Amino acid sequence: MSATLDAAAAPIAIGGVAYEVVMGIECHVELKTETKMFCGCRNVFGAEPNTNVCPVCLGMPGALPVPNRLAIELLVKAGLAFGSEIPAYSKFDRKNYFYPDMPKDYQISQFDMPLTQGGVVPFWLPDGTHGSCRLTRIHLEEDTGKSSHASRDGRIAGSTHSLVDFNRAGVPLMECVSEPDIRSAPAAVAYLEALKRTFVALGVSDVKMEEGSLRCDVNLSLRPVGQEEYGTKTEIKNMNSFNSVRRAIESEMARQAEILENGGRIVQETRGWDEAAGTTHSMRSKEQAHDYRYFPDPDLTPIEFAPLDVTRLRESLVGLPQARIDRFVSDDKLSIAQAHQIVDTPGLADYYDAATALTEKPQATANFVLGDLSRLANETGVPAGESRLGVESLAEIVALVEAKTINSKTAKDLIARVWSDGGSPREIVAAEGLGQVSDSGAIDTLVAAVLAANEKSVADYRAGKTKVMGFLVGQVMKQSRGTANPTLAEERLRAALGDGAE
Amino acid sequence: MASGDIDVAYVAKLARLALTPAEVERFGAQLGALLEHVDRLAALPVADVGATAQVIAQSNVMRDDVVRPSLDRETVLGGAPERDGAYFRVPRIIGEDA
Amino acid sequence: MSDATAVEIARSVNAGESSAAKRARAANDRIAERDGVIGAYLSVTSELARTHAARVDARIAAGERLPLAGVPLAIKDNMCVTGTRTTCASKILADWIAPYTATAVQRLLDAGAIPLGKTNLDEFAMGSSCENSALGKTANPWDLGRVPGGSSGGSVAAVAGGEATVSLGSDTGGSIREPAAFCGVVGFKPTYGRVSRYGLIAFASSLDQIGPIATTVADAALVYDVMAGHDPMDATSVDRPVELASPGLREDLRGVRIGIVREFALTELDPAVRAVYERAYADLEKLGAELVEVALPTAEYGIATYYLIAPAECSSNLARFDGMRYGLRVEGRDVGATYEATRAAGFGDEVKRRILIGTYALSSGYYDAYYVRAQKARTLIAGDFAKAFASCDAIACPAAATPAFAFAAKTDPVSMYLMDYYTIPMSLAGLPSLSVPCGYVTPAGGTSPMPLGLELSAPLFAERSLLGIAHAYERGTRHAEARSIPDLPRTAVAR
Repeated sequence: MSATLDAAAAPIAIGGVAYEVVMGIECHVELKTETKMFCGCRNVFGAEPNTNVCPVCLGMPGALPVPNRLAIELLVKAGLAFGSEIPAYSKFDRKNYFYPDMPKDYQISQFDMPLTQGGVVPFWLPDGTHGSCRLTRIHLEEDTGKSSHASRDGRIAGSTHSLVDFNRAGVPLMECVSEPDIRSAPAAVAYLEALKRTFVALGVSDVKMEEGSLRCDVNLSLRPVGQEEYGTKTEIKNMNSFNSVRRAIESEMARQAEILENGGRIVQETRGWDEAAGTTHSMRSKEQAHDYRYFPDPDLTPIEFAPLDVTRLRESLVGLPQARIDRFVSDDKLSIAQAHQIVDTPGLADYYDAATALTEKPQATANFVLGDLSRLANETGVPAGESRLGVESLAEIVALVEAKTINSKTAKDLIARVWSDGGSPREIVAAEGLGQVSDSGAIDTLVAAVLAANEKSVADYRAGKTKVMGFLVGQVMKQSRGTANPTLAEERLRAALGDGAE
Repeated sequence: MASGDIDVAYVAKLARLALTPAEVERFGAQLGALLEHVDRLAALPVADVGATAQVIAQSNVMRDDVVRPSLDRETVLGGAPERDGAYFRVPRIIGEDA
Repeated sequence: MSDATAVEIARSVNAGESSAAKRARAANDRIAERDGVIGAYLSVTSELARTHAARVDARIAAGERLPLAGVPLAIKDNMCVTGTRTTCASKILADWIAPYTATAVQRLLDAGAIPLGKTNLDEFAMGSSCENSALGKTANPWDLGRVPGGSSGGSVAAVAGGEATVSLGSDTGGSIREPAAFCGVVGFKPTYGRVSRYGLIAFASSLDQIGPIATTVADAALVYDVMAGHDPMDATSVDRPVELASPGLREDLRGVRIGIVREFALTELDPAVRAVYERAYADLEKLGAELVEVALPTAEYGIATYYLIAPAECSSNLARFDGMRYGLRVEGRDVGATYEATRAAGFGDEVKRRILIGTYALSSGYYDAYYVRAQKARTLIAGDFAKAFASCDAIACPAAATPAFAFAAKTDPVSMYLMDYYTIPMSLAGLPSLSVPCGYVTPAGGTSPMPLGLELSAPLFAERSLLGIAHAYERGTRHAEARSIPDLPRTAVAR
């Protein structure tokens, strides 16, 4: 089921043969817990170096790990959100290799019995097509510390020594491994965004790439369209935003295509993305044998999930973003961009859903929610759901506009006013006479006054400069304090200026 | 299982132990002798036997997500072979590809 | 020796007849007098002992009653005690100061024990003679030319030599029981998971267990009762109520069935040693026990199984000693070279051997043939014990095939590994098991009679029953009281 109907997955012509790109993605996502995976040190970003450390996460002699229940449950929830299977039995293994920022010189991870298996991540591509990517597994492990390299350019090469901060060591990390189902850079980004919005919605992770709470490696290869076996892949690392993921994929596709074009062969290797250069570079160095010697961690007990626990966790999943997006697109007929924007703004989908239930006008509601409400939220720093503009108020405004009782200008002003001061838009309109004036007699009075006060514009109009009509309509609106029906105003202006025959 | 086929130099590399050629030879012989003893396990009928990782069968031992005090940084860095301000200082990481 | 037992000391200190301070001073004087020849301690924590003693006395004065009030305690130097050098008798940790205290130790200190110091061991608890220590030489107090056994050689020698009333050892494949047998004291390994391993520097995580060493079974039971029980810091520590052992100490063995292992034929032993064990079995019967033959057909695979599982776990557990965060660092041109130089210089040969064999057993292509097969053999061995315990309450056998041997007598690693022939199967099965003095033999070429130990083992969590049986045997035979260690040359220790 590598079925992304992905328009961006256009074949690449290499030497007259059509090639396609095949990608699988491994994401490391830090879980949002108070404490680390195996000890009670705080799991926070940006603390003073080496302050959130203890014998356990520093791998001190004699210290022992005890797993964080919440981390395990968060991971299982993440899996359940994508329909993963939760095996009845799971265990922790040690992955043995030496690295200075890994305190025990082994990483507690999961080898052959991960917490979740399978699952599918559906997503929409910007062009309106639907795609999906299968998950192989999601497993739990511990993060490493962070090294910084003391050299002129901060890179490993040429450094004289490194400095290590272990605050991050032991932070719970879930690794989401995908099947090689991704066929284009936009699909890769859409897949990552789908993961991100689900994890954020479930409270599983902050998913901040800039803070490193989501890191991803892309395995990429090219093969002739129709060929079953995969080409030689490279693994791309070090992307720090979704945009750099896209750029790195495009760059690596081009690099591999060029090699194949010239009759060369792809070397299986790890390549680092260089944001500034816009290219990937080989991270191969002195060959180290990779023999991780996985074995069950004797310091930890297996995890056995009873069906009841899984049911409890499944029932805790509400308002999954992908289901909402699908509903917004197919039922509410919103655009994919609108649906993503509503779902990706914290709290906005709930607001939109509640308001639409009252207005029964999804598109009009979405326009207000993504337009005026989002602007006000940005300006005031208050999300729509916490402003004084309740969904009932918005529904009243939508209804007033639909009934042509008020015009859009009045609606905009009302929204801003109720946002900060509260009150019923319907009552305000009634009390202050803000209703749209659609009475031609009243409008004719205003038109006469405007024409009398703007002789030059009248002359210009008659001389063929019909553009001044906009100005004249504006003057009528101004005279009416914004309540005039602008369409009617223009009609009466034309009539007064002698275009009445039109 | 075949005894005596232990590649001590390769294993030492994995274990990050520098060995002299004399040590490789000596350990190779000693480990070969042990492996010969260990080979007797081949006689045990284990095809249908489960593996024991832990002799006391327990599962789901976990802790609540509750903060406990961390160590004082001076204590932590005081025991380091080398420090640089608030950091552990380690030799340059060259050719170490995690 | 007429030294007071822990039971007596705790009683007198609680009663105000003696004080913890007095006990601490006396113990310290004894160490100063004797440790120059025995070499049980790697560090003596006089200052810590003094402050703890003062605290205990203050608590007693305030009306508290403490189960181990004023009891002088020696701690194997693979257990962390805040502020003390904790070395594992290894160059790689020679100067490391622990920033936290092991749970088991903390429980004893909270109960009023006085920490005298940290005792010698085979480096990282790997060995059976204490000769693998990189930091000191410990002699057997019965014959200074002989080894105390290992790996808990220092803790055992300290108790046998009167330099501590009780001590803590750790037992992975026999490291408490074999030296206890060699030095004529009681050494007890509880059920795996019964005593927290938090703060015990790991050798083989699925086998390591802390246990008490004492001159009497009652003292061992007293210490066990204080430190046993669940610890939230150790996920393998068992969360079930502790059955206190002290109330179960008994005087006879009526109604007790003791299993004698068919495969552990005494005929293979030296005749003098054999005579001691035949006598021991007869004594069990005389005390009222019914002897039954039990079969442990897979026990002979114990050493092969153990020498795959324990090194495999050790190869991973000891990876962290890499010169980056603590301990020794031998600088190389880069990180990789520093690892290799540090570990080459920091570990002794036995540790290196076990790291190598364990790394090999876990490595790609060998994992199933070695490690997984050993885990399956472990299942069979544990199963044999379960079957045997269907027809008996405890199993009796020698703790070791010989008395303590002379220094440098065993140069071939495999012959040293065979010393644990009788103790390893119980470790693999996680069983509570102990060694209690059962007689003496004068070895060929030796000058003084050397003690032997009877190993008694019981089903999982049957500590109370096991210590009860051992107590009855001890009271019925009084082997420990029958002889005393020869006079030691008195040399003050300069520390």
